[in-house]
Amino acid sequence: MKHLIPEFERMKRRLPPGHDATLLLPCLRRIQEDRGYIAGDDIDGLVAYLGVPRIQVEEVLSFYGMLRREPIGRWHLQVCHNVSCSMRGAERLLDHLSGRLGIQPGETTPDRRFTLSTVECLGSCGTAPVVMVNEAYHENLDAADLDALLERLD
Amino acid sequence: MTGRKVLTGFEITADSHTLAAYRARGGYEALARALETMQPEDVTQEIVDSGIQGRGGAAFPAGRKWQGIDPHDGQPHYLIANADEGEPGTFKDRWVLEHDPHALLESMLLGSYALGVRHAFVYIRGEYDRPWRRLDAAVEEAYAEGLFGENILGSGFSCDLFVFRGAGAYVCGEASSLLGSIEGTRAWPRNRPPRMTVRGLYQAPTVVNNVETIASVAWIIRNGAQAFREIGTEKSPGTRLISISGHIRYPGVYEVELGYSWTKFLHEDCGGLLCNKALKAVIPGGISSQVLTGMDAKVLTPGEVEGMTLDHEVLRAAGSSLGSGGMIVIAAGTCMVRLLQIMLRFYRHESCGQCTPCREGTGWMHRIIDRIVAGDGRPEDIGTLYHIARFNDGTTICGLGDAAGYAAIAMLDNFRDEFDHYIEHGHSKFGGNLECQ
Repeated sequence: MKHLIPEFERMKRRLPPGHDATLLLPCLRRIQEDRGYIAGDDIDGLVAYLGVPRIQVEEVLSFYGMLRREPIGRWHLQVCHNVSCSMRGAERLLDHLSGRLGIQPGETTPDRRFTLSTVECLGSCGTAPVVMVNEAYHENLDAADLDALLERLD
Repeated sequence: MTGRKVLTGFEITADSHTLAAYRARGGYEALARALETMQPEDVTQEIVDSGIQGRGGAAFPAGRKWQGIDPHDGQPHYLIANADEGEPGTFKDRWVLEHDPHALLESMLLGSYALGVRHAFVYIRGEYDRPWRRLDAAVEEAYAEGLFGENILGSGFSCDLFVFRGAGAYVCGEASSLLGSIEGTRAWPRNRPPRMTVRGLYQAPTVVNNVETIASVAWIIRNGAQAFREIGTEKSPGTRLISISGHIRYPGVYEVELGYSWTKFLHEDCGGLLCNKALKAVIPGGISSQVLTGMDAKVLTPGEVEGMTLDHEVLRAAGSSLGSGGMIVIAAGTCMVRLLQIMLRFYRHESCGQCTPCREGTGWMHRIIDRIVAGDGRPEDIGTLYHIARFNDGTTICGLGDAAGYAAIAMLDNFRDEFDHYIEHGHSKFGGNLECQ
């Protein structure tokens, strides 16, 4: 994480002084964006950089659904299965995806290309169903759209 | 047409979200005028006079919240826009972030001036990527033109803005939980009192406003509280952004003048139901607002539905609320047992685990409904669901556990026969349908 410190310092400029722990979540997010997950040495680095107890970093890490301690597949497919998406076909979409990839939600394909997850409401109810592929929302999907999308993900 | 507009009264083009476009429609004029001619208290008074109620769910008068802070008490104060939009069915703040981020920023500056805030925050949910990019670009544009930072527009007023991105926790939309998230701890809701305007972020007086609420401030200062009050009803002034989804032909975000006819909204503006089905039920304001039944209601007779208007008082009288403006339309033939299963799964997943009744209660309710859906329901399950739901009420720090209970009670009260049928026969009265067929 050390190479990210100049970025963290820039973030600090818009924060009130004396509240460095506020950077904890932004730093964790940035580290994960950079290396794909948060490793033990990242936690050591944050403890030293922010001056927060290690237990605090662990507590924050384990609290948020988007943060992870292990690497996942290259493409993270997150299918929303909350109310509005389910009313527009999300459950069929999830079955289709699971069948095509040969994995269940929570699993990664053996070639580490895809990880499949379910996720709760993404705020895309008017364009349901939605699948989040890494950071990007893909909305108003049906099985054919999804197949075409999978072809584009190497 | 759904009435007069406060937030969406412009045409969306490829660059209508930019600073130049915002200025071309009068943007940042209210800020310049306020900094020159108004005292901080005058800005707050204008918001009080407008009568605007919070748009995040609780409908608390925003002006009264602001009056909880004395801008001259010498302490640091904080203003936070709550953009942690996660209430299922709700995607209205996303519209503001994507299409009019500068309306939010100008309003944040006006609010910061009114409340004596040097450091303001926007807390945006972690999954919102495009909305964040739009907002982030707008913040940089504003900084580049001296609208944030030191001595804004030569007025002597200084304010910085930090866009704080969440990381996937519904509970952070609860304002006190959000504070913990910003402070770098587990985002556990806090007991009140003390109110956040007494002890909030970093123990200092803090106002947390929903995005839609705060984004209306620039319009109110530009046009005056009186002009705002002329829109909507006497008790519910202004407009609401309604995000509508489910079995409706034209889902999306609509700005609706409060007091607008509900029937007209559903059947004319939103094109009516999918598959030409009859209306079975509506969840009016996110799944944490109680479901209302269509034409065969206990609370609403057909005549009342026809005459019903969209405003806070009417919805409250009907035993529900406009909540977060996330309206979910449910057509005849939908299995309400499966819908409640999804809702209870959600609350169990999102319970932060701090309070025992919510942590355990949401888990129990979800496991019971899973059992019913699997065909193994027991006759006593309904009573147990009611018992847990009622016991949860008021025993926890935040409203998440309460909401899970209210959702269950409203569904059981209104669709009891479907639950009884599922338990008795081991399968759904409506084939487990969630989609419109």
